[in-house]
Amino acid sequence: MHVPDGFLDGPTSVATAGVAAVAVAAALRGARRELDDRTAPLAGLVAVFVFAAQMINFPVGAGTSGHLMGGVLAAVLVGPWTATLALTVVLIVQALAFADGGLTALGTNITLIAVVAVWIGYAVVRLVQSARPQSRRLIPVAAAIGALVSVPAAALAFTGLWAVGGAAPIDLGLLASTMIGWHTLIGIGEAVITFLAVSAVLGARPDIVHAARHLTQQRPLEVRTTAEASS
Amino acid sequence: MGAPHGHPLHYHGHSVLHRTPVHAKLIGLLAFVSVIVLTPGGYLLAFAAYGVIVAALVVVSHVPARYVLGRLWPVVPFVGVAMLLPFIATGERIDVGAVSLAVEGLRGGLTLLLKVLLAATSAVLFAATTEPRELVRALDQLRLPQPLVQILSFMLRYLEVVSDEVRRMSIALASRGFRARSPKHWPVLARTMGALFIRSYERGERVHLAMVSRGYTGRMPMQHASASAREWGTVAVVPVLAALVLLIAVLLPIGRLP
Repeated sequence: MHVPDGFLDGPTSVATAGVAAVAVAAALRGARRELDDRTAPLAGLVAVFVFAAQMINFPVGAGTSGHLMGGVLAAVLVGPWTATLALTVVLIVQALAFADGGLTALGTNITLIAVVAVWIGYAVVRLVQSARPQSRRLIPVAAAIGALVSVPAAALAFTGLWAVGGAAPIDLGLLASTMIGWHTLIGIGEAVITFLAVSAVLGARPDIVHAARHLTQQRPLEVRTTAEASS
Repeated sequence: MGAPHGHPLHYHGHSVLHRTPVHAKLIGLLAFVSVIVLTPGGYLLAFAAYGVIVAALVVVSHVPARYVLGRLWPVVPFVGVAMLLPFIATGERIDVGAVSLAVEGLRGGLTLLLKVLLAATSAVLFAATTEPRELVRALDQLRLPQPLVQILSFMLRYLEVVSDEVRRMSIALASRGFRARSPKHWPVLARTMGALFIRSYERGERVHLAMVSRGYTGRMPMQHASASAREWGTVAVVPVLAALVLLIAVLLPIGRLP
């Protein structure tokens, strides 16, 4: 669910757009380190993956279902900088081509989902991983805990923004507790799906999982621009 | 991908809205939505005027109203939130029948409802009259950082390829008798997601190699559309009208909630 136009007032929207612009500029530099010249095609396909993964509905029961946000999943799989870029692009496309999420709220949505959820989640992942850095089995667990924290963290950030520039005054304690309670439930779903999906990728292609990079021997592809002389 | 093909997000047509250069149209949309967002709460007459403008745009675009309504679903949860505000907001309360409603919540909720619907309808119209390819070109022209433009163009180019992949995977599951009914089916779905990631990632690697071998250096040549002064003038009509409405609404104390 993305914040639509009119939810937050003008100054708050402009301020979050500024935060988003700075974060995305930093991510553009950071992603070059994660992916070098493969940045554009790979981040593009990761963005498509996040978008398509959100199309998979997970039944909760009683006729309702939910889908993944995917911030922490992307951060664990391809690294946080690339995840920020991919989610930013997903949000831009959703706002401009699907009218999902407001145009003036684009900065807010990028800040909440591509920055707060991704980075707080990723920080938690690293923290959990630091307990046993050499353990491969810990990675899906760390990813799940990161995903669990990331959703209520984004909800809390939204509560903070509402306190500054919301459309109507609401008791902030009530809003915060409702938002955190509800989003912790969503976070549990996010955690389970992230755990299972990271396990699946680790089982098949551990070499492409960013969080497991230090565990597998890297054999980087060498691109030769000039043909070698044949002897 | 070589053959021309329609796009499910785009409603094909030849109206003024379809023909307007996309970068100009995007600026116009941003300006119009900004005016809507900046309008103070409770200015009902101003919102009614915006509603007339949006309705006129729908008529001019030749996009059927049913199609526009059908694409408004992403805002439905927020319409719910707007309707809740009178009950949960703090401050002075009034009694309507047996229920007590917050005055600020009523004003805020109604304003929010109108803003969300007006802005979302405008955005749907923009999306429906704009081809995704043109959108990338427009963002490039508006100086979105080059790497972002590239990522965006890759995303839009492969959106349908990967969406089809998801569809094929779910058909494959269904044809083997799988039906997701409860959380105990999540492992299957999540493994599908893992497989989808690997397929997407490997496709990214293949695309990158194919492009490098054809001389890709990190930039795609893009031809920019140009907008004439007349076209900019056409685009400006909507936000300028809206801004006039807002100005009048601020100056004249009519059509406002108390």
